[in-house]
Amino acid sequence: MTLLEVRDLTVTYPNGAAAVRGVDLSLDSGSKLGVAGESGCGKSTLALALLRLLPAGTEVGGEILLDGEDVLKMRWGQVRAVRWAGASIVFQGAMHSLNPVHRVGDQIAEPILLHGGAGAAAARKRTGELLEQVGLPTARARAYPHELSGGQRQRVMIAMALACDPKLVIADEPTTALDVMIQAQILRLIEQLVSEQELGLIMISHDLAVLADTCDRLAVMYAGRVVEEGPARAVYEDALHPYGKALSGAFPRIGDPASRFAPRGLPGDPPDPSDLPSGCTFHPRCPVALDGCEVEDQWLREGAPGRRAACVHVGAAVRSTT
Amino acid sequence: MTTPGPLLSARGLHVTFPGRHGAPEARAVDGVELDIGAGEIVALVGESGCGKTTLARSLLGLVPPTGGSVSFAGKPLAYNSRALKAYRKRAQLVLQDPSGSLNPRHTVYEAVAEGLRIHGYGGDEQAAVAGALARAGLRPPERFFLRYPHELSGGQRQRVVIAGALVLEPELLVADEPVASLDASVRGEILALLLRLRTELGLSALVVTHDLGLAWNIADRVAVMYLGRIVETGTVEQVLTAPRHPYTQALLSVLPEAPGEPVVLTGEPPDPSRIPTGCRFHARCQVLASGEAEEAGVADACRTRDLEVLAGSGEGQVACHWARARVTT
Ligand SMILES: Nc1ncnc2c1ncn2[C@@H]1O[C@H](COP(=O)(O)OP(=O)(O)OP(=O)(O)O)[C@@H](O)[C@H]1O
Ligand SMILES: Nc1ncnc2c1ncn2[C@@H]1O[C@H](COP(=O)(O)OP(=O)(O)OP(=O)(O)O)[C@@H](O)[C@H]1O
Ligand code: SF4
Ligand code: SF4
Ligand SMILES: [Mg+2]
Ligand SMILES: [Mg+2]
Repeated sequence: MTLLEVRDLTVTYPNGAAAVRGVDLSLDSGSKLGVAGESGCGKSTLALALLRLLPAGTEVGGEILLDGEDVLKMRWGQVRAVRWAGASIVFQGAMHSLNPVHRVGDQIAEPILLHGGAGAAAARKRTGELLEQVGLPTARARAYPHELSGGQRQRVMIAMALACDPKLVIADEPTTALDVMIQAQILRLIEQLVSEQELGLIMISHDLAVLADTCDRLAVMYAGRVVEEGPARAVYEDALHPYGKALSGAFPRIGDPASRFAPRGLPGDPPDPSDLPSGCTFHPRCPVALDGCEVEDQWLREGAPGRRAACVHVGAAVRSTT
Repeated sequence: MTTPGPLLSARGLHVTFPGRHGAPEARAVDGVELDIGAGEIVALVGESGCGKTTLARSLLGLVPPTGGSVSFAGKPLAYNSRALKAYRKRAQLVLQDPSGSLNPRHTVYEAVAEGLRIHGYGGDEQAAVAGALARAGLRPPERFFLRYPHELSGGQRQRVVIAGALVLEPELLVADEPVASLDASVRGEILALLLRLRTELGLSALVVTHDLGLAWNIADRVAVMYLGRIVETGTVEQVLTAPRHPYTQALLSVLPEAPGEPVVLTGEPPDPSRIPTGCRFHARCQVLASGEAEEAGVADACRTRDLEVLAGSGEGQVACHWARARVTT
């Protein structure tokens, strides 16, 4: 069942930065979509737009259908309800912004009291259950944030996101800056919660390898657009778009002689969203750019069954107007 | 023919921090031997809190050891300020977060020239700064002289930090998570730079990281650290494709690409103020827990007998009763 359908989403910040420029996405309940791309490509902006959390004055266009209802057309009261019970976000870096003077149990209970309409005793009980779900002993409810490790704090953030039984969870860089072993623990936890509770998950990360391992499908963003989309493994192992290829090539495969003493990156700097290159925005850094790429914009097109990419080299050659 | 000794050498190194409020002291570095040869790149890996940064800092003389010694080019470090200043010209630290290690009010030129000024450089300062920026991949260097950190991308900032380290023409770089805060696409470029510096300048490097892929990308040798000690060391090929220590095996097993079942160690990174007796990994060891150590007849040793400190030289070694029993049988 389609849980979320995003159509032609655009976001322009008040300073003119075109951070999201026409994104289509679709997500079923119980499935996991990964969103990858380098810093500044618009991943967090996309996440914030889904729940209308962008700063005032930001222009948002397109449609965001959550269970068939357009979030962009909802009244504020409805949006607030959606933010807890419909969909919730584990914000990027939020584990560092837990309130230092409140016990974590109280911070988890707060939305339950506020939005779930539960009494204090019921909220406490629910908090205990949530902590157990995320693998923390109930007694940790009494801990203050500084008494918890980074991994434990991220578990608390996940518990908060689950507090009001959302159908969709958006996790923005949930494991960045965590150690490999703690990262593995958190990823397992997220996978387990998604499958047990039939959640829809959007996981944002710049770590393509992690997303490929965790998610069903993968969307690669560049300069505010999805430039490649398809089954996670396929995108990671055999990207169609030159940017997707460069990104996946930047992850060394241990044991592979080809990457031994051969780190691979992508020369050039990411584009500035208030001053984007013309045509295909990737053209200044693209190793296989053609003459026309400087002028001709590219949209997603089918490259293989269930796989799409936005590049002139992909799929049936489109009509050229030159 | 005599082989030259290692450029840097740590022997029986200990760094212990006093416990606060009557807490037991923290043995952050608890007996480490480590050699780095001229032109060699060694990766130091291990989970958060295992003592990597403390070890790196003590190798640079930034933290005095509470036991053991560090020698550079055959001479033990002297801990007076003049000797240390001279040493830091030859061995440079590159820090984790480029935004944290650059002063936002200093231009790129000032940031790179700072080291020269501290050391009273007598030559052509502008040429030295330009040369270092160019070697760090910021070309043409003059274009970057007057820029401020906020006008640079993350990758460019890390290049400025590296240029600042290179300007004094050091023999050794100690890089603490040099690419952890960078995008994958930029990371590859910076790592390629480190490799090129080794080829062109014969630079040695100790790269501290918890990214094993990085070690595969650039290091000759790898040392795996757990709770203050090196528990496995050898060539990158040996350690990363045929790990022998259960801890190294677990670290590799949880990587996204890894074949087989991941061994997700439970629990938090261990505490250096409470190092277990016996093998320091035994409370989390999957091989002991599964009964394999028992089968090999080493389970008692695991719980009671500490392993000796591994030698710092190049050859493959492992601090594990079980791994050793497997070799001899
Ligand atoms: N409040 C804002 N006002 C103006 N521009 C903004 C604002 N927030 C973000 N931007 C710009 O929009 C672009 C996209 O930012 P966003 O945070 O969505 O990127 P991201 O893909 O999440 O990056 P990262 O991987 O670093 O988290 C960036 O160029 C950023 O500078
Ligand atoms: N100045 C200090 N006083 C007391 N304890 C310290 C001090 N510096 C570090 N420690 C402790 O020593 C241990 C090793 O810390 P260190 O920073 O070396 O770890 P690390 O391996 O670099 O971790 P990370 O990967 O998180 O950077 C930790 O338990 C830390 O809490
Ligand atoms: S459209 Fe052209 S510039 Fe863009 S990715 Fe494809 S080849 Fe490269
Ligand atoms: S010595 Fe024993 S407890 Fe330690 S790592 Fe080896 S098998 Fe595990
Ligand atoms: Mg973001
Ligand atoms: Mg460190």
